[in-house]
Amino acid sequence: MFNPQLNSKGNLNHLLSIEGLSKEKIIQILDTAESFLKIGERDVKKVPILRGKTVCNVFFENSTRTRTTFEIAAKRLSADVINLNVATSSQSKGETILDTINNLIAMNADIFIVRHSSSGAAHFIASHVKPNIHIINAGDGNHSHPTQGLLDAFTIRKYKTHFNKLKVAIVGDILHSRVARSNIHALNILGVPEIRVIAPKTLLPYEIEKLGVHVFHDIDKGLNDVDVIMMLRIQNERMDGVMLPSQEEYFKTYGLNQTRLDLAKKDAIVMHPGPMNRGVEIDSAVADSEQSVILPQVTFGIAVRMAVMAILVGQHS
Amino acid sequence: MTLPNAENLIETLKNKINDLIDDKTVLVGVQRGGELILQKILPSLKNNVATGSIDTSFYRDDFSSRGLKVKNKPSKIDTEINDKHIILIDDVFSTGRTVRAAMNEIFDYGRPAKITLAVLIDRNEQELPISPQIYIEKISLNKNQHLELKLDENKKFIFQLKESLV
Repeated sequence: MFNPQLNSKGNLNHLLSIEGLSKEKIIQILDTAESFLKIGERDVKKVPILRGKTVCNVFFENSTRTRTTFEIAAKRLSADVINLNVATSSQSKGETILDTINNLIAMNADIFIVRHSSSGAAHFIASHVKPNIHIINAGDGNHSHPTQGLLDAFTIRKYKTHFNKLKVAIVGDILHSRVARSNIHALNILGVPEIRVIAPKTLLPYEIEKLGVHVFHDIDKGLNDVDVIMMLRIQNERMDGVMLPSQEEYFKTYGLNQTRLDLAKKDAIVMHPGPMNRGVEIDSAVADSEQSVILPQVTFGIAVRMAVMAILVGQHS
Repeated sequence: MTLPNAENLIETLKNKINDLIDDKTVLVGVQRGGELILQKILPSLKNNVATGSIDTSFYRDDFSSRGLKVKNKPSKIDTEINDKHIILIDDVFSTGRTVRAAMNEIFDYGRPAKITLAVLIDRNEQELPISPQIYIEKISLNKNQHLELKLDENKKFIFQLKESLV
């Protein structure tokens, strides 16, 4: 099957989605990230491997955390970084995505970090650039957010060591969540035997069971005996309308509080991709509890993004 | 050809290193060979010498042609190295490029007063103005021949000669 992420030698040339990555490739990225994590702990948090390369953050949709962690990651690899908030520039003047990208290629950029509100945008760009250009999908519509999936896998491995005995619950707006999709694919590839999705019917995609997950509408049943709880952000724009009644109602039925957390294993970890809505999907005390690994996720995200960039540039050659 | 007895070379290297150790010494093994040697000799060295381990993957000058090959453990130097005497240990010295990469990385941890390079074998293939202050044996090999330090089934160190196609 044609996989646009791989070059003719089977090496990773772009990172567009978790689907299509082998278990070995994911493990290689996680192992490499482990080495980069140590660099973040040093006084000089920089290595020279991307010296002279230019990384371009092209965000057609706003994001602070993802863009910042990609920027820090690229700078720690000694690359030059350009941030383009396309949402407020040429696109509003009528330029097409490809014209925007081709202009940046003419400026000799090497890696593009792309976020777009349309699913498939990164694939589209990757299929139109020369092989020495690398595209990293930093989130496309409801489709995929592969570096988030990888950093979540890294986080789980850090705290749980092995994937093959875990029960993982993903809670919240699965329907609109590219994070949930990337995580489900990553956990399946890594051999997690039980993945649960917990959400109201209105926030679940049709036939989600086909991805190999168990569906729960009752959070108390769904959290029973799990090792990992991945909370998803409830986007405020979903709140008014047919999908959800109100923030209070959602928190009451699907919010993670201490009583519900106690239904999971004693050493269960709580994850969240950020930004959190305290008091909507997660109780403040739980977010700050000892079981929460939400801030380590951010730190790990930098190491994982460094690993992805280094591997893309390194393997192309 | 007969390869040198690795255990004997390590024993000799250990004695030479022991003579140099004082309270300012930090021993740093270059992965994997140098790190293996360091772990082997550490129990019989002078007490409480500080140690570290370097994986040069992120500092190599051939990254753009060879790509990223991380198979080792992350680099780790937990002790302060400013104004210390670092003894950098490796199994085989050939071009000097690995040592250059290791030194670049060491300087990202701090500014040592001195770095001494100690190896078992010098292959006489220097490509940079870097050479080991301590070596136990000099050997000339073909470019396509690689010496690898390994543990055999009796847990004894041996050298293995491998030939690549290039």
